[in-house]
Amino acid sequence: MISLMQSFRIRGGVHPDPKKTATTDLSIASDFPLPKKLYIPLQQHVGKPAEPVVRVGDYVYKGQLLAHSQGMISAPVHAPSSGVVTDIADYPAPHPSALPIRTVFMETDGKDAWQLLQTHTDPFALSAEEISLRVGAAGVVGMGGATFPAAVKLNLGRKNKISTLLINGGECEPYLTCDDRLMQESADGIIDGIRIMLHGMETPQAIVGIEDNKPAAFRAMKNAAADYRQIEVRQVPTHYPMGWDRQLIRYLTGKEVPADGRATDVGVLMHNVATAYAIHKAIRHNRPLVDRVVTIAGGAAGSPGNIWVPIGTLISELLDYCRVNRTRMARLVMGGPMMGDALPIAELPVVKATSGILALTQDEITRGSEQACIRCARCISACPAGLLPVDMANRIRSNQLESAVDIGLKDCISCGSCSYVCPSNIPLVHYFKYAAGELAARQQAQHKTEQTKKLIDERNKRIERIEKQKAEEAARELAAKVAKYTADQAEQVI
Amino acid sequence: MLNVKPTTGPHTTENLSIGGIMRQVIYALIPATLFGLYLFGWPAINLFLITIFSALFFEYFCLKLADKPALPALKDSSALLTAWLLAMSLPPWAPWWVGVIGAGLAIILGKQVYGGLGQNLFNPAMLARVALLISFPLELTTWANVAPWLSESAPDFKTGLHITFMGLDNIDSSTGATVLGYVKTELSQKHPLSASLADIYNSNNAWLGFMRGSLSETSAILLILGGGWLLFKKIITWHIPLSIIISVALISAVFHALNPEIYLSPSVHLSSGALMCAAFFIATDYVTSPNTPLGQLIFGSACGLLIFTIRTWGGYPEGAAFAILLMNALTPLIDHYVKPRIYGRDRQGRPLEL
Ligand code: SF4
Ligand code: SF4
Repeated sequence: MISLMQSFRIRGGVHPDPKKTATTDLSIASDFPLPKKLYIPLQQHVGKPAEPVVRVGDYVYKGQLLAHSQGMISAPVHAPSSGVVTDIADYPAPHPSALPIRTVFMETDGKDAWQLLQTHTDPFALSAEEISLRVGAAGVVGMGGATFPAAVKLNLGRKNKISTLLINGGECEPYLTCDDRLMQESADGIIDGIRIMLHGMETPQAIVGIEDNKPAAFRAMKNAAADYRQIEVRQVPTHYPMGWDRQLIRYLTGKEVPADGRATDVGVLMHNVATAYAIHKAIRHNRPLVDRVVTIAGGAAGSPGNIWVPIGTLISELLDYCRVNRTRMARLVMGGPMMGDALPIAELPVVKATSGILALTQDEITRGSEQACIRCARCISACPAGLLPVDMANRIRSNQLESAVDIGLKDCISCGSCSYVCPSNIPLVHYFKYAAGELAARQQAQHKTEQTKKLIDERNKRIERIEKQKAEEAARELAAKVAKYTADQAEQVI
Repeated sequence: MLNVKPTTGPHTTENLSIGGIMRQVIYALIPATLFGLYLFGWPAINLFLITIFSALFFEYFCLKLADKPALPALKDSSALLTAWLLAMSLPPWAPWWVGVIGAGLAIILGKQVYGGLGQNLFNPAMLARVALLISFPLELTTWANVAPWLSESAPDFKTGLHITFMGLDNIDSSTGATVLGYVKTELSQKHPLSASLADIYNSNNAWLGFMRGSLSETSAILLILGGGWLLFKKIITWHIPLSIIISVALISAVFHALNPEIYLSPSVHLSSGALMCAAFFIATDYVTSPNTPLGQLIFGSACGLLIFTIRTWGGYPEGAAFAILLMNALTPLIDHYVKPRIYGRDRQGRPLEL
């Protein structure tokens, strides 16, 4: 039962049609044929791209390091299968812009041979530092879409004396069931991953939040956690965006993260269930993150499902495997329909953040043309962040970006709830993203002008200094001359 | 305009359109409307149709003049709804030109001069209603007697046409004052309420709607039913209607307790005039009411207070239309001061402290 007190903690949000029934009862398929070619982008995390350590022509084993992490916030990348590195070059990234990024091209040999011996480690014999080192070396990143390197978060947790680790099993986006299935099928592994994280963060307790529309996953997780008093598995209401860390934090702990702060400020850190599972595999079995569960769904998919997919697989191959009718597919989306990105082409690789691939038909995306705002305030009541989407959009429309910031543009999490409910089909989130991008560009331009000004200033000062020096020298010379002359004169007189 | 190629989410939307919302409101009005048309017969039906067709015509005309596509705008049913609400607020036997002028005022002055749907400051129907009342006080305060369809006193089709197009000249006996108007006149002549009210007011009839008044005023019960439908369909929220009803009830209860001979009881207030129609259908107009729940509560309570004030001490027996227009003017102010609290910030917008 969800108490009344707690339901007051939920603000805004919407209830999109979950559309999960197509895949929620299907076991995760592991018979997806290994692709002949893999395209492994070197940046699959927030932070600096990884630096390749292999060369063209190298034979690599599955799990072998392809590129090591660079800098404080980064994650290494490993070979998803065994085969030969055929090229290291730019290739389009799975992003609406399809901008190219550095990518390792691999030809697989079909053996899928692991590099590492499957040594089993007792994680609890390791020190906390050792855990995060190993998690970092395994290339684990936040798999709910944020792709923040997991090891960095573990370190953060240890430094900040986190009291509670929150595990997000919400999966509030429609269509997606990859986390749901993972919880149903691998609850033990996930719970083990959570215990390892607790150990690695030196944190006393964890709470797993699972939306109440996933009863099977809840039961499985509850059973798996039964022996561990430090892990509590709780149901949360089905509500979008329950996966937003701050919404979940408020719901489960009653705490609110200050606007300029981080979750760690209130003693909480959040990880996703798939990340916990990846950590379990990394520490227990020495397996780096080289594959993930991807939900393939949408009206155009003939046989939707959840599949274990090697990172670097082209989405087009997944579409074929799930018998996607390309003529019916009106939009290809990576992620969920609320926050996911539309992809311009299907020849883009699956990355660590790819939770879902949706082949949506025209019916599923149809929205009418944009009409006048009728001030119905639906967007305002839908906003989980307490913003005024309609006012922000108006200000952006009249190019008053700064004043949109004044009323909270920077607090917007782009959850899409406002656009979702607008009866006038006003693409509010697009306005906000446009404004955010524009502001960043302006700031950059401003920075550049300031930089130039500084350089010019410095140059002028330098010139001034040189002139001054010259003048001083001239004056000194003159003085010396005068002195000499007077001395000479004096000599003559004498 | 921005280039809004749909590359980022959401890729799905709720299945709701402006037209869908307007139509739900119209469905909710149907029971009260049918009942009103039944009570006041052919002249009311004529006036109703005239008002609606005039409004659609004016809408079309304005959009053509502004070189905007007319069909989509007509299809969104907003002009239809405005005309419907206006017609419901008129005396049911008013002459044809009242409907035409009213529709023109509502659409042109109330909506299109501001730039069309969503831009207006005042509720178009109420703006037209008040403009008519000020310009044509006689026609706007002549109330037909209740004469249910097919009853002996009901005008037949031909008489109906006569009333609508030629006026009420030789049928004077079939009109009178509304409850609120009557007691106001009586009170001004120092007659106590206990005497005057008994002549004209019957609580059951009032709640059911067998009373003189405009189409919309008659049945409080049917209007509440329609309002309930809108609440159920989540077209409106409870904040405005409930705050109006509660504030009128509370204030009138206090004054009634002080002196029942001068101040009407809450029951009379709630069952008469356009109160229920205003509470559920007019004050809740999105465009002209505040955006936040708290703002709506302030708006609604102030509306209630004004309705009571105008009815009790104002020059007109009817308070609702004036009250709503006044509060419409204050809506931008309310929206300016009452904003939701941003997550992680206090009400002033400063980040929360730990
Ligand atoms: S939901 Fe759309 S129509 Fe309603 S107030 Fe917001 S922007 Fe305007
Ligand atoms: S996208 Fe931004 S403004 Fe819209 S509902 Fe989400 S947080 Fe609020």
